Amino acid sequence: MASDRIFGLVVLGVALAYIASALQIQTSFLSDPVGSKVFPLLIGGIAALASLVLIVRPDENPEWPHGATWLHLGIALVVLVAYAYALKPMGFIVPTAVAAGVVSYQISPRLNTATLTGIGLSLGLFVIFKYVLGLGLVALPRALLG
Amino acid sequence: MDILSNLALGFSVALNPFTLFLAVVGCFLGTIIGALPGLGPSNGVAILIPLAFTMGLDATSALVLLTSVYYGAMYGGRISSILLNIPGDEPALMTTLDGYPMARQGRAGDALVISGVASFVGAMLATIGLVIMAPMLARVAYRFGPAEYFALYLLAFTTLGGVGSKNQAKAVIAACLGLGIAMIGLDNSTGMPRFTYGNLHLMDGVDFLVAIVGLFAITEVFFFIESHGKDSAIGVKLEKVTVPIKDLIATSGAMLRGSGIGFVAGILPGAGASLGSFLAYMAEKSIAGPSGRFGKGDPRGVAAPEAGNNAAAGGALIPMLTLGVPGSGTTAVLLALLMTLNIQPGPTLFADNPEVVWGLIASLLIANVVLLIMNIPMVKIFVKVLMVPAWVLLPGVTMIAFVGIYSLTGSYFDLVLMVGFGVLGYFLRKLDIPTVPVILGILLGNQMEDNLRRAMVISNGDWTYLFSSGIAVGLWAAAITGFVAPIFLRRFLKRPPQPIEAEQD
Repeated sequence: MASDRIFGLVVLGVALAYIASALQIQTSFLSDPVGSKVFPLLIGGIAALASLVLIVRPDENPEWPHGATWLHLGIALVVLVAYAYALKPMGFIVPTAVAAGVVSYQISPRLNTATLTGIGLSLGLFVIFKYVLGLGLVALPRALLG
Repeated sequence: MDILSNLALGFSVALNPFTLFLAVVGCFLGTIIGALPGLGPSNGVAILIPLAFTMGLDATSALVLLTSVYYGAMYGGRISSILLNIPGDEPALMTTLDGYPMARQGRAGDALVISGVASFVGAMLATIGLVIMAPMLARVAYRFGPAEYFALYLLAFTTLGGVGSKNQAKAVIAACLGLGIAMIGLDNSTGMPRFTYGNLHLMDGVDFLVAIVGLFAITEVFFFIESHGKDSAIGVKLEKVTVPIKDLIATSGAMLRGSGIGFVAGILPGAGASLGSFLAYMAEKSIAGPSGRFGKGDPRGVAAPEAGNNAAAGGALIPMLTLGVPGSGTTAVLLALLMTLNIQPGPTLFADNPEVVWGLIASLLIANVVLLIMNIPMVKIFVKVLMVPAWVLLPGVTMIAFVGIYSLTGSYFDLVLMVGFGVLGYFLRKLDIPTVPVILGILLGNQMEDNLRRAMVISNGDWTYLFSSGIAVGLWAAAITGFVAPIFLRRFLKRPPQPIEAEQD
């Protein structure tokens, strides 16, 4: 009940912000009868209506994870975002080994297997991507390669 | 005979050794992807698109590779349904109902062979149906103007929401979310930025591949972390596989009926393979009546849903190719592939790129034969693959997703966006909000708006133009019925029964 209501309120807020933002769209002299605003306004309006329905008639609550699981999910999220930023400056192999190892550890918390999985996946995928599929990956940080 | 000369053209494309090689590779990968719980046809194809693209495959090759994966995944889903009672992908859910009991009675090999043949029959009949029906539909589609296309897109969203989801409001929110995201970027007609908030990365809009890979692949990783990979395969055994000819003859009727039902379900927008296998199973159960042992290991309960889901997979290609409107999550992903390759599906595809369409169809026919061979004598190989533990598989999938998107766009911003979509997908799935309308919205949003605006330009701003032709009115009526009718029908139709728990003894 509560989950759907909260989600409905979030959608309502986003939809209203979307509508407000759509009203700010600059129009051009090259305009057609519909213009750039109408379709986004329609989308925002329909989403707002649907969110009201959800607030009035919510479904049952899903089963949310508990404390420790949230922590695992949070760690995985942080690592994936860090991986996204690290991939370019640090090359493929090191960030991939770390990220794959951490994700593996979050699924099955065994240090040795996770470490091996990370290193194995990183090297294995690098060979496949670089030499079999011919993608232009950089192995190590650019600074090291000079 | 038009069809025969077209098919000859298709086979001349498909029988080229490289294309043939891609079809075999695609079938093999697809079966593995389908068999592994956690990887289904949609996310499997999604993570392979960026790779196929960066490898520089041409349109036909990329399409052949990925549709072979698509067909292969439909075959592969049954393997873990039967052996583990875990559907390898969503459409294989119904196969668990009788497949797993058969496996527990020591008839796993029989169940695999029957379902493999049923998959072949379903997919083959559907591909033949595609050959006959797609050109016919393409001819009708020539008469579609902007008003008709706008109504057609609406139909896709409403039936997806009505038929494919439990709560209409949630499906509407999902569709609006996708459409809203599609609006981000420069306006096609005026060139003015919309919803970019001064961020240069958003000027080009949100790349639909980033959204698809995030929503399908990254979301799956979060779900596996939550469940700690307890859905993995441990201790699977498969005895000698023989061909149960008696059962094959006894289930041939079920296979044919299942194929027919699945094919029709596949063509309908929004229904897709899951509904196809569900309807095929239910129909077979009611035909068999009290004589059937459905739910306790009846071979017909394996044959019908497998024929149904594979036929639906073929049927779903028809609206995708002829109208550019996908009927399911995976065909939405295939549409994304076509759009990435700069091929606009629709009636003109058949006239402008016959070698792509007919090459694809010929490859599907070849892929089917390859899949039958792979999935019956060689099924043991795939059973071995099932043993890959989740803690290796899911990190691997994540890294492939990252590399694919990174080599496609070369931007860390898109990678962060992809992770963002992964988080969004996690919450959406938790709240039981379907993700396919989101994808469809992102894919079709700009075209839907363009068609609306073009219609209004033609009519000089007269909104009644949207209902001015018979086809348009029919589509609007179908759209409204497809959305409203399930609300009433839901009281009569029960949801598909859940598979029995694996722990139960």
